[in-house]
Amino acid sequence: MEVNIINLITIFILAVFVGNEIINKVPPTLHTPLMSGSNAISGIAIVGALLAITMDGTLGTYLGLAALICATINVVGGFLVTDRMLKMFKKKR
Amino acid sequence: MNQTDIQNLLYLISAIGFIVGIKRLSHPRTARSGNFLASLGMLVAIIATLTSGADFDWKLIGLGVGIGSILGVMIAVRVQMTQMPQMVAIFNGLGGAASAFVASAAYISGSDSSYIIMCMSLFIGTLTFSGSFIAFGKLQGFISGRAITFTGQQAMNALIFGSIIALLIAHNLSLLPNDTIFYTITVLALMLGIGLTIPIGGADMPVVISLLNSYSGIAAAATGFLLDNNALIISGSLVGASGLILTNIMCKGMNRSLANVIFGAVGAVSSIDNSDQKEMNIKSYSTTEAAMILDAAEKIIIVPGYGLAVAQAQHVAREVADTLEAQGKKVLYAIHPVAGRMPGHMNVLLAEANVPYDLLKDLDEINPEFEDCDVALILGANDVVNPAARHDKSSPIYGMPILNVDKSRTVIINKRSMNPGFAGVQNELFGYDNSIMVFGDAKDMLNDLLKEIKEL
Repeated sequence: MEVNIINLITIFILAVFVGNEIINKVPPTLHTPLMSGSNAISGIAIVGALLAITMDGTLGTYLGLAALICATINVVGGFLVTDRMLKMFKKKR
Repeated sequence: MNQTDIQNLLYLISAIGFIVGIKRLSHPRTARSGNFLASLGMLVAIIATLTSGADFDWKLIGLGVGIGSILGVMIAVRVQMTQMPQMVAIFNGLGGAASAFVASAAYISGSDSSYIIMCMSLFIGTLTFSGSFIAFGKLQGFISGRAITFTGQQAMNALIFGSIIALLIAHNLSLLPNDTIFYTITVLALMLGIGLTIPIGGADMPVVISLLNSYSGIAAAATGFLLDNNALIISGSLVGASGLILTNIMCKGMNRSLANVIFGAVGAVSSIDNSDQKEMNIKSYSTTEAAMILDAAEKIIIVPGYGLAVAQAQHVAREVADTLEAQGKKVLYAIHPVAGRMPGHMNVLLAEANVPYDLLKDLDEINPEFEDCDVALILGANDVVNPAARHDKSSPIYGMPILNVDKSRTVIINKRSMNPGFAGVQNELFGYDNSIMVFGDAKDMLNDLLKEIKEL
């Protein structure tokens, strides 16, 4: 696998800047949902887990399965609980 | 376009879903759709992976996704809003664990990725995992919430960190077998996660949760480097940035530097010198008297603290506020950044009690409002309203931004007893001329107050 590390670093740095810009605009009221929502997004490791399962070797596969379970809890639980919280935010009638 | 291009394009779409999703989180009105959009982004990323044409073991994937989904739904539906910090701690830990497992799987199956990147990914993931579970234990009360310290603690953490770097150098010089290095790093990272979290006191937990949130993102990004996958890098760094920003906000809310939170071990032993404590003239009032003061008031600001949520009194607090509003009074809520146990926690707890979000005001917004406020009603908050933070250089909380409740005409403080707050500091506000105390459990007191107000 020929990995262009500089390209990856470029993407990483630019994404940090984008993250900085958009997250600074989230008001304190929504910081908890932001955290649980971004938690769900960090469940993107699910992609890594799916790829890990296809790797060679029995032990590797089971480690991939463990990763998949952890990441799925993160994704499913994270988005659901965030929605549950956001549903409660109501404006004054 | 070949298969890889299509896949990368799909990953790009998913990244856009995350970015626009978070962007929509900037207003309560659009937030729910933003969260939905982000979850669609995740779905696209999963589909992109599964359609890559790799040789997938579908049974195993079904098993993993099935178990994970059931557990995820159970946690999400059952968790109480007061337990949100614990839940986020667990999720942070799982995210870290997932990254560490992927790194291990890659290593064991002889992936041709860079060894150093695998080790880094393993290190960050494992550290996030063990740190998060200590944080969870502290929040849940399995482990003492106090800062646990011993001599040489920081030296030990530094030593562990140094060893990891030494191991990586040893790898470069081919001094040790790769296996030995890899497994040693796992153990060391586990220890470092524990070592860095255990000395942090309960009051500083919001900072730690935020920081671990950031780590879980960085761990995902590291996995992206490992697998040469843009989706992981972009989403991971978004989460990393988010956690870091929240960490910074929490630190500012307590007027502490991050280094001070991590290495300061505040709250280890509350050795407060009581000898030079000034005599305070405390005026204890009944709920009837408090109700009469509220009856005469026109503008009331409620200052909720975490104690209110623990007593599950936020619902009756909202009823009191509604009743006062119905009598034509103006009622607002003042939310300090560290009012809850994690960033924005108090807002969620009040939203759960049906308090409209537009009545919740943050520090900068509300402080000018106290000047012409008739009554500030303090419910379970303490350190965040202590005026000593403004002027008393010897106070441990000096410099911390506080809610200027003392500027109100009258300050009504509900407390169980005269016990000092988290920071272990006695609050001089209680002795002020315009302060009155109403002792008792928040829920009982508010229920009585509600009755009295309605009868007046």
